[in-house]
Amino acid sequence: MSLRARLALVAEHVLPFAATAAMLAALGCVFLYAPNERMQGAVQRIFYFHVNCAWSAFLGFFVAAGASAWYLWRGGETADQLAQAAVQVGMLFCTMVLVTGPIWARPIWGTWWTWDPRLTMTVILWTIFAVYLVLRSMGRDDAEIARYGAVLALVGVLDIPLIMVSVRLWRGMHPSVISAPKGQGGLEDPRMVVTLLVALAAFVLLFLWLLWRRFETLRLRDAIRRVEDRVMEARA
Amino acid sequence: MWTILQKDLLLELRTREALSALVVLMLLILLTFTFAFDPAEAATAAPAVLWVTFVFAGLLAVQRTFLIERENGSWYGLLLSPIDRGAIFVAKMTGNLIVLAIAQVVLLALLALLLGVEMPRAPLALFVVNGLGLVGFSALATLFAALSVRLRAREMLLPLLVLPLLVPVVICAVEASRVVLAGGGAADAGAWLRVLATFDVIFTVAGWLLFEQLVQE
Repeated sequence: MSLRARLALVAEHVLPFAATAAMLAALGCVFLYAPNERMQGAVQRIFYFHVNCAWSAFLGFFVAAGASAWYLWRGGETADQLAQAAVQVGMLFCTMVLVTGPIWARPIWGTWWTWDPRLTMTVILWTIFAVYLVLRSMGRDDAEIARYGAVLALVGVLDIPLIMVSVRLWRGMHPSVISAPKGQGGLEDPRMVVTLLVALAAFVLLFLWLLWRRFETLRLRDAIRRVEDRVMEARA
Repeated sequence: MWTILQKDLLLELRTREALSALVVLMLLILLTFTFAFDPAEAATAAPAVLWVTFVFAGLLAVQRTFLIERENGSWYGLLLSPIDRGAIFVAKMTGNLIVLAIAQVVLLALLALLLGVEMPRAPLALFVVNGLGLVGFSALATLFAALSVRLRAREMLLPLLVLPLLVPVVICAVEASRVVLAGGGAADAGAWLRVLATFDVIFTVAGWLLFEQLVQE
């Protein structure tokens, strides 16, 4: 059995169930197991999904950049399909970050949106990869567009640290929960940490499953296009 | 590489097409801004006006350098010539840099004239800020102009591609210009300038490396 076939087997038969189970467990943890936050109350519970969406989005963009680099120097449409799938899934999670963030910020900060570094950063990332999707929608199975997209994904990810530094120089108000020193706004209760980790597992599994579905869809789409092209040629 | 640069500059010198159009466009954008602002606030908004005007007008100018190659089919000649593709990128970027630098000097003069911005006490610092901003802009814009020129919706797509990626340059250049125009020296804007310099290095190298991938036929 080839590696691909084995991967496909796991992705088709294990991932969906694992992702569903982990997501249910994560929901249970978030709403039943994790304690109420002292200052913020129940609103804080959105944190477990918000943060994991952000990590999944980053994961997607880095996978896309890696696959793009591979595509540029080694070629192979598999790498390009993987890059496209990763951007699409990454964009989904990035959008969810931008939706869940304001829901939390409204009661806590008193505003839906501010130009805090991390918020600015996320919205810029979102626009970079939105342009990637626009670019990809412009050509059919065009190797040129694929190369352009790969360059954009690479440059976009190269840009991330610079965007991060420059927006941070503005200084902001976004809570640093994970890297906060003990007793200063970090996760005080061990149950919170457990909940975060369970949710992380759920999101990684969901990410992988979605990535696989998109990847397969793109692969089939390209295969269908090749057949279409051959039919058109035969007719002409 | 020098030959391409020489050719581009000679063409510009003979026709003054890009530069004159660029300067007029900048003037118009600037005028539009002055209508939009209360004159009393205009001077405080000057750094932002400077860079927004520059970025939008500059994008059009950079795109043009690849359009003229395409119109005459000379692009293929350029690609067929036995030189490193990276060298084409560096030549194009340098050509853009020179034209944009001249345009920016004019823009600064216009800014002083129309918005009543006082020229800073440290002109060298202003030079450094603008120079660093220019290099980063030229690198990124040249790379993506080469890319977008082959697409149908190129006029639309180039700003879409470049603007989000250019955010670090815009933020840092605007903030550094603000410091310098307020009378500070280059040292006062140190952090901004360091980010700008890093951006310049990363994207000049990235452009030089990636350009080859863009122009394969």
